[in-house]
Amino acid sequence: MKQGLTWFNLGSLAIGFLFLYLPIALLVIYSFNESRLVTVWAGFSTKWYGEMLRNESLMNAAWVTLKVAFFASTIATVLGTLSGLIMARFGAFRGRTLFSGMIYAPLVMPEVITGLSLLLMFVAISLDRGMVTVTIAHTTFAMCYVAVVVQSRLVSFDRSIEEAAMDLGCPPGQTFLKITLPVIAPAVVAGWLLSFTLSLDDLVIASFTTGPGATTLPMKIYSQVRLGVTPEINAVCTILVGLVATGVLAASIVTRRQELRREQEEREALAAP
Amino acid sequence: MSKPEDSPSQGTPSQGPKVAYMSGRDATAGGLAGVHQRLLLIPPYRLLAALLRRIGLTGHGLVIAVPYLWLLAFFLAPFLIVLKISFAEVIIAQPPYTPLFEFVEDGFISIKASLENYLFLLEDSLYWKSYLSSLRIALISTALALLLGYPIAYAMARAPKRWRFALLMMVILPFWTSFLIRVYAWIGILKKEGLLNLALIELGLISEPLTILNTDIAVFIGIVYSYLPFMVLPLYANLEKMDLSLLEAAADLGCRPAKAFWVITVPQSIPGIIAGCFLVFIPAVGEFVIPDLLGGSETLMIGKTLWSEFFNNRDWPLSSAVAVVLLLVLVIPIVLFQRMQERSAQAGG
Repeated sequence: MKQGLTWFNLGSLAIGFLFLYLPIALLVIYSFNESRLVTVWAGFSTKWYGEMLRNESLMNAAWVTLKVAFFASTIATVLGTLSGLIMARFGAFRGRTLFSGMIYAPLVMPEVITGLSLLLMFVAISLDRGMVTVTIAHTTFAMCYVAVVVQSRLVSFDRSIEEAAMDLGCPPGQTFLKITLPVIAPAVVAGWLLSFTLSLDDLVIASFTTGPGATTLPMKIYSQVRLGVTPEINAVCTILVGLVATGVLAASIVTRRQELRREQEEREALAAP
Repeated sequence: MSKPEDSPSQGTPSQGPKVAYMSGRDATAGGLAGVHQRLLLIPPYRLLAALLRRIGLTGHGLVIAVPYLWLLAFFLAPFLIVLKISFAEVIIAQPPYTPLFEFVEDGFISIKASLENYLFLLEDSLYWKSYLSSLRIALISTALALLLGYPIAYAMARAPKRWRFALLMMVILPFWTSFLIRVYAWIGILKKEGLLNLALIELGLISEPLTILNTDIAVFIGIVYSYLPFMVLPLYANLEKMDLSLLEAAADLGCRPAKAFWVITVPQSIPGIIAGCFLVFIPAVGEFVIPDLLGGSETLMIGKTLWSEFFNNRDWPLSSAVAVVLLLVLVIPIVLFQRMQERSAQAGG
C-alpha cells in the first residue's frame, strides 16, 4: 500500500483550507479598504482603525469584554481543573453520573437555553444583571471545556508516578501540586486560553445575562452587523482575529516544544543503562 | 479555613503526639502539609478539622464539592427554574410571570400550574414548524459537513507525520476565532453585490447575481463553515489510529483501493463519524446567530423563535416552554453523546 498523499487527498485539503480561511482573509483585506463600500476596492487605508479607536462605546464594550473574559476564564480554569481531576482520578462516587452529565451537557447545549435559564435564575434570586452575572454565566460553560481538556491530558498521563509519590508518603494535596500540576500545566494553560476566547466570543449567553452598562463587544458588533457590513467592524474583527491567532499559535508552539522535549528526555532516560 | 486534603493521616482522627512524631518529616516536606500539622496543635483548628472529617468532608469531598456545587447552582438549578416558569402565565409585572406556588391562608400552598404554554406550542403552527425546520436544517448541514470533513480528515491522517501537527493547528485555529466574526465574514461574500457574485460575473459564469444571502443555502454554508472543525477533529483522531495493515492485507488479496475504502476504512471510522455528527448536529439545532444573520425571514429555526419570543414579545413563560421542548427534542442525542464521551474517557484511562 502506497504511503503518502494522492492528488485527491491534496485536493480535499486545499479545498477544505480555502473554505476555512478565505472568508477570514477577505474580511481582513477589506478592513484596509479606503471605500466605505465593502465590495469596491479603493486603495489601502488604515483610517477605519482610527475611526474604531475614536468610537468610545466600542472601546467601552471592548474593556468590559476583556474584564469579563479574564475573571471568567480564571475562575473557570480553577473549577474546570478540579472537575477534570475528579473525572479522571476519583473513580466512582455518589452522584458521579450527574456530575459528568453536568460537565458534558453544556458543551452541546444550545446557547439560547443556557442563556435563558441563567437569566431566569438571576431574576428569581433577584441578582442585579451586569458584569457579575455575565461572568458567572461564562464561568459555568467555560469550566466544562477546561474540565474536558484537563481530563484528556490526565487520562494520557502515567498514573503510576502519582501513586509512587503517594506510596512514599506524599500527601494527596502535595502530590497534586508537585507532580500532577506540572504535568498537566499545558492542558491547564490551554484550558484558560480556550475559556478566554470562548468568553470573548460569546454573544447569545451574554445578551441574555447582561444588564444595562455591561454591553460586551460581540453584542456591540452584532447590533452594528444587523445594520450592514461596515469597514469599521471589519477593523475590529481583524484585531480580534489577530490577537487570538497570535495567542493560540504562540501557546501551541510552546506546548509542542515542551512535549517534544519531554519525549526526548523520556527516550534518553530509557536509553540510559 | 482548614486544608484537610493535605492531611497525610486521612480518615484517621488526628492525635497530638502523632503530630509531634511526624513533624520531622514534614519539616522537610514543608508547604501546606507542614503548616497543617503545626496548626493541628492548636485546639480550635484541630476541632474544626475533626468536625469536617466527621461530616464526611475530607480532602476528596471538598475537591468534589466545589465544582459540584457550582454546577448545581448555575447549571441544574436554572433548568428547574425554566421548567417552573414554563408552567406559569405571563402577566405585566416584575418578574413578568405568575408565581407557581402561592401561600394562601391557613398555611396552605396553592399550586397553579398551567399547561397553556405547551398547548399553545401545539396550536400555533409557527412553533412546531420551527422545530421541524431546525431539525431539517441541522440534518442537511451535518450531512454536508460530513461530506466535506471526511476527505479533509482522511487526507490529514494519511499526511506525512511531520505535517500533521501543522494541519491539525490549521483546522483548530478558525475555531478559536470568533464565531460571530466568521458568520459576519460570509455576509460580505454572499450578499447580492457581494464578492462571490462579483467573482462569478467576472468569470462569466453567471450574468445575473445569485440570491444566496437570506436563504436556507446561506444558513447551510454558515453552519458547515462554523462547525467544520467539530466534524474534522473526531474523524481525524479516529482515522489516525486506524490499523493500516488491514488495508495492506486487502490490497495484497487484490481488493481495489476504492472498495477497500468502503469495506474497511469507513466501517472502522464509524465512532468518529458518529461523534462528529453529534458535535455538529446538536448545537446546530438550537443555533441562533447563523439563521439570524444569514437566513431570511422565512428561515425558521427554533433558536431564533425563542430569541424573538423572549426579547421582542417578552413572553417569558412561553419562551421557557419553547426551551423545555427543545431540550426534550435534544435529550436523546445529548444523552447518547454523553454516554459515548464517558465510555471513551474510561477506555482511555
